Amino acid sequence: MMRGCSRSKSTQNLDRTVCMTNCPTLIVTVGLPARGKTYISKKLTRYLNWIGVPTREFNVGQYRRECLKIYKSFEFFRPDNEEGLKIRQQCASAALNDVRQYLADGGQVAVFDATNTTRERRETITVFAEQNGFKVFFVESVCEDPEVIAENIVQVKLGSPDYTNCNTEEAMEDFKKRIKCYENSYETLDEVLDRHLSYIKIMDVGRRYLVNQVQDHIQSRIVYYLMNIHITPRSIYLCRHGESDLNVKGCIGGDSGLSPRGKEFAKYLRQFIQSQEISDLKVWTSQMKRTIQTAEAVSVPYEQWKALNEIDAGVCEEMMYEEIQQHYPLEFAMRDQDKYRYRYPKGESYEDLVQRLEPVIMELERQENVLVICHQAVMRCLLAYFLDKTAEELPYLKCPLHTVLKLTPVAYGCKVESIYLNVDAVNTHRERPEVGIHTYIHTYIHTYIHTYIHTCMHTLI
Amino acid sequence: HRCDWLHAILSSVPQLTNSPTLIVMVGLPARGKTYISKKLSRYLNWIGVPTKVFNLGQYRREAVQSYKNFEFFRPDNEEAMQIRRACATNALKDVVIYFSKDHGQVAVFDATNTTRERRISIVSFSKEKGYKVFFVESICDDPDIIAQNITEVKVSSPDYVNCDKDEAQADFLKRIECYKQSYVPLDDEKDRHLSYIKIFNVGSRYLVNRVQDHIQSRIVYYLMNIHVTPRSIFLSRHGESELNLLGRIGGDSGLSPRGHKYATALGGFIKGQHIKDLKVWTSHMKRTIQTAEHLGIPYEQWKALNEIDAGVCEELTYEDIQENHPEEFALRDQDKYRYRYPNGESYEDLVHRLEPVIMELERQENVLVVCHQAVMRCLLAYLLDKTSDELPYLKCPLHTVLKLTPVAYGCRVEHICLNIEAVNTHRERPGNVDVTRDPEEALKTIPEHF
Repeated sequence: MMRGCSRSKSTQNLDRTVCMTNCPTLIVTVGLPARGKTYISKKLTRYLNWIGVPTREFNVGQYRRECLKIYKSFEFFRPDNEEGLKIRQQCASAALNDVRQYLADGGQVAVFDATNTTRERRETITVFAEQNGFKVFFVESVCEDPEVIAENIVQVKLGSPDYTNCNTEEAMEDFKKRIKCYENSYETLDEVLDRHLSYIKIMDVGRRYLVNQVQDHIQSRIVYYLMNIHITPRSIYLCRHGESDLNVKGCIGGDSGLSPRGKEFAKYLRQFIQSQEISDLKVWTSQMKRTIQTAEAVSVPYEQWKALNEIDAGVCEEMMYEEIQQHYPLEFAMRDQDKYRYRYPKGESYEDLVQRLEPVIMELERQENVLVICHQAVMRCLLAYFLDKTAEELPYLKCPLHTVLKLTPVAYGCKVESIYLNVDAVNTHRERPEVGIHTYIHTYIHTYIHTYIHTCMHTLI
Repeated sequence: HRCDWLHAILSSVPQLTNSPTLIVMVGLPARGKTYISKKLSRYLNWIGVPTKVFNLGQYRREAVQSYKNFEFFRPDNEEAMQIRRACATNALKDVVIYFSKDHGQVAVFDATNTTRERRISIVSFSKEKGYKVFFVESICDDPDIIAQNITEVKVSSPDYVNCDKDEAQADFLKRIECYKQSYVPLDDEKDRHLSYIKIFNVGSRYLVNRVQDHIQSRIVYYLMNIHVTPRSIFLSRHGESELNLLGRIGGDSGLSPRGHKYATALGGFIKGQHIKDLKVWTSHMKRTIQTAEHLGIPYEQWKALNEIDAGVCEELTYEDIQENHPEEFALRDQDKYRYRYPNGESYEDLVHRLEPVIMELERQENVLVVCHQAVMRCLLAYLLDKTSDELPYLKCPLHTVLKLTPVAYGCRVEHICLNIEAVNTHRERPGNVDVTRDPEEALKTIPEHF
């Protein structure tokens, strides 16, 4: 949710700082190894950054790897290993120090990703947060299903830097012993003892949740997000509508139908989808003709979302870039200066687009196999979410016509396959031009003088 | 027309479920089940999911014309048990009709449902019919909250119309005792295959099990955001704007001199209310921001609170619209809720974009929302449970503050007119909405302007 914050004076086009809480929030993961803490941390961080809440994760394991350089074996984690404990304590402190720095420097949420399995450790963190004026929210992952844990280990532990020199069995054995080291001292968040803490306990990969004392808006959003994600294998297919008549003319926006090549693409899309043999595929389109016509050709039931409509270019709707340059040179230049935040007069910005796409992302998280037939700017926003791209990169992501992106979540990220369906189309991608402030002043003066001279000549005549 | 076709496939809300959902309340009396049922139903209807509450107490009152006392609820009262079972059966029969004939999508079965036996029979009933079941259990052991509940909604119930307050209170407490013996809460182990949310002590803690689909996820999110802390919501439009004076819709103009006067008066009114921790929200448009500026309180701007986008009709007068787009004008009068201005929005779109505002309003306490006519109608419709037919015609005049205070199962509304003159911007539905109508018939209900 993006609301501009009022500072002392009202400014019309308010900055994008979201005022969800007054104080920063420290999210603290809790759980034995291989319970999905890092998976959750990274995913949550990606989501919060995408909706405009500056977030960063601090993985204590990483600090330990930097400190220790070489990981020998699980013995490091034995509870009676005094030296090991000291180093781990130092790493946790170093991480918390960086958290403090980050939240003081404009960060709004920090995710402290570690086991934090003892009440004592959590108490230390709570005190640290209190001293610094941070709100604390715990995210505990509890899971006893041996299959899920084994799968976890295979997916993300075996490939960890800790086990580069081990074979699969050795790594698996060692990691299991590592988990054992934590088990004895593990104190789960307790309904009575911890009733004053704010937390969500996720049980059995999302079958059950216990939510306690949600303090504010951002925590409520975090809970909602965590309750909607799942780890069932699936793929998300993103593509644009087939080439449209306005695309061919080089015009942006509008609501035209498909060109002949666009219709051709739709047929190939249908073949491609059939060849993928996807179980229970959901198909989503926008409410604009070109995506609907594309879906119609695929011949599967589809749902229309207004939220998937292309970015509204306001006064520039249906213009060619050359026309925009001619009629609105200043606007054109300003857009190139900050393409993410720039809002077309009477239209939208990419930033607005992200906000209206948030329910789409939430539902994409809930679903399994989905094909989203949308538009260039919309697809850039969705892609930025899945591939963790920044606001600077987002408006320049390449989303060419007639190409399907197949995204498959794997480990901590997303595998991307780009499938070009071999039907020619115009290129609608405009790179960031080399624009300096002098260039657009030059343009402005040029246009002003041109108009002035033109007017003078008119008067003379 | 165009709107129908698009609407038929999908509008603001994606296909939430294919099968209807039966929400089953669970809990002792005076635990807020009816409060939750009504509020949830109001929210779901507002976002476009046809929902209805089936309150067992009402069926019982119809079956047993006059309530004597708590003895009716004694577990050893065989005759009463039979009547109560019959009522439950009738209620479920009505649920079937609601789903199959009335196109309902969600039914809320508001009863105690405190025994495992009763819940099992509901689950088999639903399975047989192909309904999804989601339980909402409210658990509360705080005697203060329970006493407060009883005072707010039980003492004034039809059951106690001939009793004084203390008699009613005493009888109701005995009624609760009747249920306590046989109350079996949803169990972590035994009920692990059911879908449910358990709400503890009015929301300090929740247990959520096996959410099956989108609608259940939305219901859980909503239930986790509502609270019962007393507070008031103030709704007001911006002060009269320059475009208002000219009878033009939309646009982004500043306040007229009278509009500025209103803003100052609003500031005075707010100060006089001595509201604790008031949050002020505006849209991104000049006229609401200028209004808020006069309040001298920090305010937050929401793009979602911007006025409805009138597309090609932006900044036109109604006379202009009649002249340039007579057919569109008529179509709008035919179905003002769903009608979407070309290149613009419909009220239905507006509701969809206001949903996050409503969610945050639920989380907050004292809030003043400075917004626009169509936006205010949508918010008001949510708070006062108005249908989509009534919504676009709700009266939201300029220079008037509405103070809404939740009370019992609804909302008390106070209209406070700040006595600064302004144009009227309310256009009633004209008698003739046919596309073939004469211009005079279309323009009949247009309010005066300069």
